[in-house]
Amino acid sequence: MSVVESAPTIRKTALNAIHRKMGAKMVAFNGWDMPVEYPATGGLVAEHMAVRTGVGMFDVSHMGDIRLAGPQALAAVQHVSMNDASRLAVGQAQYSALLYPQGTFVDDVIVHRLGEDDYLLVINAGTREKDFAWVRDNTRPFDCRATDLSDDYTQLAIQGPKAHGLLAKLTDANLATVKSYWFTHGAVCGFENVLIGRTGYTGEDGFEIYLPSDQATSAMVWNAVLEAGKEWGVIPCGLGARNTLRLEAKMPLYDHEISDAINVWEAGLDRYCKLEKPEFIGREALLQARAAGPDKVLAGLEMTGRGIARDGYRVLDLEGAEIGYATSGSPAPFLKKNIALVYVPPAFAAVGTEVRVEVRGQGVAAQIVATPFYKRPKV
Amino acid sequence: MAYPDDRKYTREHEWVMANGASASIGITPYAQDSLGDIVFVDLPKIGSDIARGKTFGSVESVKAVSDLFAPASGTVTAVNEELATAPEKINQDAHAAWMLKITLSAPNELASLLSAADYEKFVAEEAAK
Repeated sequence: MSVVESAPTIRKTALNAIHRKMGAKMVAFNGWDMPVEYPATGGLVAEHMAVRTGVGMFDVSHMGDIRLAGPQALAAVQHVSMNDASRLAVGQAQYSALLYPQGTFVDDVIVHRLGEDDYLLVINAGTREKDFAWVRDNTRPFDCRATDLSDDYTQLAIQGPKAHGLLAKLTDANLATVKSYWFTHGAVCGFENVLIGRTGYTGEDGFEIYLPSDQATSAMVWNAVLEAGKEWGVIPCGLGARNTLRLEAKMPLYDHEISDAINVWEAGLDRYCKLEKPEFIGREALLQARAAGPDKVLAGLEMTGRGIARDGYRVLDLEGAEIGYATSGSPAPFLKKNIALVYVPPAFAAVGTEVRVEVRGQGVAAQIVATPFYKRPKV
Repeated sequence: MAYPDDRKYTREHEWVMANGASASIGITPYAQDSLGDIVFVDLPKIGSDIARGKTFGSVESVKAVSDLFAPASGTVTAVNEELATAPEKINQDAHAAWMLKITLSAPNELASLLSAADYEKFVAEEAAK
């Protein structure tokens, strides 16, 4: 008898069977079997355009959720998170990051204030276990409890200018009163007390809703959204469009623009880092790093010659010497340009600087451009 | 998908259609379907040589870069300029969207390539994986 080695189990969201039934092209992403695009309804480019001009829906249940609750929950959040959570009202959220003592990234996170002493941290799929262990271990001294709720939720992102109209059909919550980066609780498709956040990873208006993670509820709401959004051409959207949308909006992706080897100043996330807080993990290192000045900074780049810059491609100066690299690069379906985010020395980061990107051994012309590449029109 | 028997095919999903000493080369409908919307094609210059089994260029969708492998050896005599500005023609009709034409340097290489029937079977097996 032989012992068969089994591959590490790949995880599936509650909607996995539905994605497959809809003919989605699936990909293994950080241990999850996820849809990258849905060819039957147009594929990546159509999905990207639907979010920019109408509405699209993503299954983002692979993301994680950590709850911190108790008398010292705020102090605990303040200790591990770089932004200032004391500014949050109940019902408000903020973008932040968990940092290592060196001032580099454990993960980026959205901090939601659920109640007086009750916070929800929404984190990346690939860092679920690492983040929970980090938060649990570093908040032990505080009188509060950290709970991993990641498996409890199906998370759907409904994004685009028509997202509000669509979701309003399915909920009794008054969405018009929920501003960007605020949230509420309401009934969705008859399910009570669903967290509805005006958040997203696309650069468009939109909502993320957190449903019970059983298959029946998840499927019911998924189908209800597709039905309710028919008049605006709603289509399901996969990780392919999720990436091109967030890239156009210059939103960071872990292990690309941010990582355990990159600090807050290099990544250009100063605005979310409140040094005036007397203490948080990474603060001391960041003070020193700020005094020294970063060796490299994150900049936006656009190809001017014929070629596409991709993740990891080298950036060169006009003499062909290596000066940096692309963290993320792709054609931008809405902008119809080939764009990238790159780390280069500050001397090369000014808008208009001409550089080259090495594409299959050849230096192709590119230039540094302002970011975000795309900003949604003000209504 | 119907695979015409006026040409031969490879396991890398290229087709080659011989016409005497010259041949035209492209990728199959199966390949373009796997790639998704094609946004960029990188092809060799006229006059350069390509060698059977070696990469001669690449084709890119939004998400990915895919190498192109020469199904036969020869010298490039023509490149389809249309694909520089309208790469989506490959998605629309992969069998019509020739990428380059070569003068075959070893025409008997074609004998060991897949027939339309064999390629169709190969694709069915791939799709079942």
